[in-house]
Amino acid sequence: MQTAVFFAIAAIAVASALGLIVRRNPIHGALFLVVNLGSVAAIYLMLNAQFLAAAQVIIYAGAIMVLFVFAIMVLIPGKEETGPDPLRPFRLVAIPFGAFLLVEILLMLVVRPAPPREPPGAEGGAEAIGRLLFTDYLFPFELTSVLLLAALVGVLALAKRKA
Amino acid sequence: MILLVPGSYYTGLSAVLFAIGVTGVLVRRNPLVIFMSIEVMLNAANLALVAFGAQFRNADGQVLVFFVMTVAAAEVAVGLAIIVAIFRLRPRLSVDDLSAMRW
Amino acid sequence: MDFPAVSLRAILPAIVILTTAALVLLLDLLPPRERKGHLAVVSLAGVVAALLATTWLWGGESRAFRGMVVLDGYALFLDLVICYAAGLVVLLSMDYLRERGLESGEYYALVLLATVGMMLMASAGDLIVVFLSLELMSLSLYVLAGYFRARLASGEAAMKYFLLGAFATSFFLYGIALVYGSTGTTNLDRIAASASRDSLMMVGVALLLVGFGFKISAVPFHMWAPDVYVGAPTSVTALIATGSKAAAFAALIRVLVTSLRSTQPDWTVLLWGLAAATMTVGNVVAIAQSNLKRMLAYSSVAHVGYMLIGLVAGGVFGTGAVLFYLLVYTFTTAGAFGVVLLLEHAGGEGVSLADYAGRARRHPILALVLSLFLLSLIGIPPFGGFVGKFYLFGAAVRSGYIGLAVIGALNTAVASYYYLRLIVYMYMREPEGVEAVSTPSFAGGLALAVALVGIVVLGVVPTPFIDLAQAAVTPLLR
Repeated sequence: MQTAVFFAIAAIAVASALGLIVRRNPIHGALFLVVNLGSVAAIYLMLNAQFLAAAQVIIYAGAIMVLFVFAIMVLIPGKEETGPDPLRPFRLVAIPFGAFLLVEILLMLVVRPAPPREPPGAEGGAEAIGRLLFTDYLFPFELTSVLLLAALVGVLALAKRKA
Repeated sequence: MILLVPGSYYTGLSAVLFAIGVTGVLVRRNPLVIFMSIEVMLNAANLALVAFGAQFRNADGQVLVFFVMTVAAAEVAVGLAIIVAIFRLRPRLSVDDLSAMRW
Repeated sequence: MDFPAVSLRAILPAIVILTTAALVLLLDLLPPRERKGHLAVVSLAGVVAALLATTWLWGGESRAFRGMVVLDGYALFLDLVICYAAGLVVLLSMDYLRERGLESGEYYALVLLATVGMMLMASAGDLIVVFLSLELMSLSLYVLAGYFRARLASGEAAMKYFLLGAFATSFFLYGIALVYGSTGTTNLDRIAASASRDSLMMVGVALLLVGFGFKISAVPFHMWAPDVYVGAPTSVTALIATGSKAAAFAALIRVLVTSLRSTQPDWTVLLWGLAAATMTVGNVVAIAQSNLKRMLAYSSVAHVGYMLIGLVAGGVFGTGAVLFYLLVYTFTTAGAFGVVLLLEHAGGEGVSLADYAGRARRHPILALVLSLFLLSLIGIPPFGGFVGKFYLFGAAVRSGYIGLAVIGALNTAVASYYYLRLIVYMYMREPEGVEAVSTPSFAGGLALAVALVGIVVLGVVPTPFIDLAQAAVTPLLR
């Protein structure tokens, strides 16, 4: 049962990711990306990571995608990427690159990490994550606040009208 | 928790998504679509982190994903600001138009 | 819950810079609102304070925040390099921005925040801290590259830098995920303890190298560098070429040498190829450049190749030589870009080779100073560049990588052609067109003086600094 559900969601995730890179219209791409992010959130649920599933929907689908759609609406009137492609040979390099990554996939499918030795303890609820965030990961947590400050100042510098 | 689906399925899916994202970055010309493909790559990495975390039964992987989400949000804000700023100067938007000198 | 002990001492230099950044943002809101020169002075004071804090902490060694941060001689040595880079960039920015009417608190705050990211990269004890501080540095630099919003080249540079940088970050992150999948941890010490060498680890290491390769602009991940170096404001170019490279090298060396030691034979092979390709491509393509910033961009790519030689050679000698070279390279490159910045016209022109014809007649001092920096880049005694290259190639020979040392020496010969050509242009060509003679400002002159003293001191009395560099890497290799 679980396996069937997994394959159904995985199929949606892969199809929507392909849709993003195949469709010419960026707004269609953005919608495909929302579907992709949503299906990844569903997989988080299957992996017992409830907090992340919620965060995924709120941060990615809610905030990040709204920004994307907004930017697309502002920037792209009508269709894009028409006419001859000046860099066609360059783009063909993508194919061997994709092949390399496929080898990587096969490697990962072959690898079966040893069964975990530790007893089950950590679960995916908000409590376990919160506990780690404020103990072991206190420093990275504070560092993200500096990162957000830098992003804030940076966007301000780019958006200011003067000069 | 017992994984009902083998862990390698999840990592396999994440690798497939990562490969699709990389291909998207390399074949597309619209900076916004390239950026969205990069988001697919980041998500693939997140999925791998959560899947490995479930295999090791520690929540570290999930905490890492939490940080990545924050970084992604900051990156999107800055990236879109840059793209919008350049659009004010040049209305047509394609990475190939950028840069008069390639070498 | 037991909270980790908060030991600010371990990150004191970064805290000092961060506080200065906050102070700059606050002062920006207060009058005088038209002139912003005082913000540069405050930023510079912060960098000097961080430099003092670094020397005060010298010799200390501790781990803080549950192993997330490592304070050791290695981190302190690189803090020193990064502080010098940031200080020189702030000095160079002052008049450069004022002449263009673009002084702002945000600029200095972003330079300082990028510096915080660089310092934390050098003292990261966990891959997640490497990732976050790398992003802190990169996000600030993306914006700074596009700081001249009215100039299309600047916006293009920002966009190119951003898209390729974010692309590289995703590779880096996937590498972290695979290393985590192989070892179950992201802590550098515990990764080392697991000594894992399975296929996940191998692919993970390769992806991490791709991510780092972009940041240090090693061939074939250097494509962004020339365009970004040309398009970005020259002061920012200097920061990208020096500070961000030093920080990326710092994290690269710590991750490879401490936590990925079990895979050393594998990454040594990869780095061998990267080093040879980076040197050769950088130097050969630099010959074809007519834009000075572009030429210096390829030259800095080539110098990354030289430094990778030391990493391949490994051991106290090889790794120590990389650190020493980073110090020399920072002074030399910041100085060379500094001269270019002072001679650049307000619109961004005046950076082509033809523009430098006969410059020695109009700007005798600046031309002389630039020539000295170029001689150091070639590696001619008595400048630091010579000693740095000598130790790098020496370490390679010592470890049996004679082929790589030969490639390096040949590349030095090739490189001398385009550096000397520039000197010939400045001294032996007739100037074209008329050009106003401008006198460099006090701040710019001070920056050049500091950089010049740096390369001369490092070239004439290198031994104490080499000892420092070797002492700095010793704890990593234990």
